[in-house]
Amino acid sequence: MIATVSRKQRKRPSRLTPARVGTYVFLLSAAAFFLMPLYVMLVTSVKPMEEIRLGNIFALPIHGTLGPWISAWTSACTGLHCEGIRVGFWNSVRIVVPSTVLSIFIGALNGYALAFWRNRAAGWMFGILLLGAFVPYQIFIYPLVRTLASVSLFGSLPGIVLIHTIFGMPIMTLLFRNYYASIPLELFKAARIDGGGFMRIFVQLMLPMSVPIIIVAVIVQVTGIWNDFILGLVFAGRENLPMTVQLNNVINTTTGERLYNVNMAATVLTSLVPLFVYFVSGRWFVRGITAGAVKG
Amino acid sequence: MGNLEIIEALNLEVIEGEFLVLLGPSGCGKSTLLHAIAGLIDVEDGEIEIAGQNVTWADPKDRSIGMVFQSYALYPTMTVERNMSFGLRISGTPRDEINRRVKRASEILHLQELLDRKPSQLSGGQRQRVAIGRALVREAAVFLFDEPLSNLDAKLRAELRRELKELHKQIKSTMLYVTHDQIEAMTLASRIAVMLDGHIQQIDTPSAIYSKPANVFVAGFLGSPSMNFVEGNLEVSAGIVRFSSPSLGVDVSAYPFAAAPVQGHRVILGFRPEHVQFFSDTTAVADLHVAKISLLEPMGSHMVIWLDHLGQRFSANASGVRDPVVDQAISFAIDTGRVSLFDVATQQRI
Repeated sequence: MIATVSRKQRKRPSRLTPARVGTYVFLLSAAAFFLMPLYVMLVTSVKPMEEIRLGNIFALPIHGTLGPWISAWTSACTGLHCEGIRVGFWNSVRIVVPSTVLSIFIGALNGYALAFWRNRAAGWMFGILLLGAFVPYQIFIYPLVRTLASVSLFGSLPGIVLIHTIFGMPIMTLLFRNYYASIPLELFKAARIDGGGFMRIFVQLMLPMSVPIIIVAVIVQVTGIWNDFILGLVFAGRENLPMTVQLNNVINTTTGERLYNVNMAATVLTSLVPLFVYFVSGRWFVRGITAGAVKG
Repeated sequence: MGNLEIIEALNLEVIEGEFLVLLGPSGCGKSTLLHAIAGLIDVEDGEIEIAGQNVTWADPKDRSIGMVFQSYALYPTMTVERNMSFGLRISGTPRDEINRRVKRASEILHLQELLDRKPSQLSGGQRQRVAIGRALVREAAVFLFDEPLSNLDAKLRAELRRELKELHKQIKSTMLYVTHDQIEAMTLASRIAVMLDGHIQQIDTPSAIYSKPANVFVAGFLGSPSMNFVEGNLEVSAGIVRFSSPSLGVDVSAYPFAAAPVQGHRVILGFRPEHVQFFSDTTAVADLHVAKISLLEPMGSHMVIWLDHLGQRFSANASGVRDPVVDQAISFAIDTGRVSLFDVATQQRI
């Protein structure tokens, strides 16, 4: 009797209830709905123009070609130049890498100072910083243009990096402050007794412990800065326009017929970096966010 | 933390080489005091001297202290060896010297095999040993312990308590130890300072604190089960002083009164469970009382009897009682030589 009971319980009963079927149907249709545009983009980008002119946007390509991808990368015209969007790609890399590194480093430093080196004004400073996150940044554009111009940083690579670092500050500080708040204060006190100063405790103790949250910060900053359009357009200058701006130029530059396949390929190329970041680090993203919540 | 006053006025002198335990309930300011000594909390007023030097405003690292925390506070990304040597590496100690000190500390604490491990690969007891080792390599003048054993289970706690006592015997450094556990205080201390609400209630050797508590709080805080208290009057007549209350009457003529006893003085009589004596024959013993056993608590080595005497509950050690049974009537007397008397109004020992 006992044996049969235990045998019955060993295997989890599979229940395919109507509710579960409904859930799956809903999920699958939602996924299909959101993947449809991507599908259209991908098939369009590998079709020659003759097939596109037929107007069957859902049809698979008959004579598939990688030509549009190559020309999007190397020869698509952005305004007067026809060097493809690879120029924008490398511009974006040059903007994203230093901006991400700087904003994360300073954000971590801010969060560390606010969490451990309690200052009377710390609460106020944090409040003001957070307030910055809620003000629409378009409001700041004109004053910032004037400010940067006065120190001749307007329209330069350091200028756009500085802008991204500043705009990343509230969220980076919040992220790191909350992460450090979950680290026991005694750890910091022990390091103080061991003679650690402000920077040493930060670099040798706190940063090595911050790997999960740094990964989260990298994801947030890389995708955020990569996808930025208006700041890059305004502050980067003609030589450093990021990929998003160049993509816009590619699509808006029409000489004769609109090259839908090239446009689609350029668009997919532009979104590859954030996509790659999400696919590679999505797992870490969840882990990092919960690591702060469930005690580090 | 704001401007909450936790410790108002406090003088504490720690003798070199002693093991001083700060004992008190949670929130009494003992940890605050320790952290102030360590320099982790700024003091509003007053001075802190360590080894004859005023360190009131010195940086924690310049106070010649080593500290062990309740949560171990080991650096999670460093190995045991690097945890212990972190402070020395910061201060720029030569490599040979670091190796020598780490080796010595790990020998004392039996950590030789664990030096390459990370804290997450250690058990609770091992982690606390590493934390002690980290304080040890600093070769500080004073060691500060902030409830170091509270996070361990009972068996490990007893084990590490013994090791700590042996460590003190071996290195003879001054140690300041904060705990709320009276057993740790009694077993480890050369002196105990009992604290309540930011004030030191009494500071003395463990045995003096146990046998001659300065006030009702100290008397009740130490000992398990705690001291029994009865409120009553002093009756003085013809050189004989008696404590009398509706439930108990005891001759306290032998009590070492600080000031001459006054007739009618409202006092609290305190007596410990082990100072209750039981008698089977009811003859020839003064002040014998009869009570009913209301509850028995077997402790293994001994048994605690809870007596119900005219509505009052007393605890007693059941030594000398054969097979006590609940509801049994039993005769008892109080060892009058070892009672404590406190003033009702001031709660102080008289």
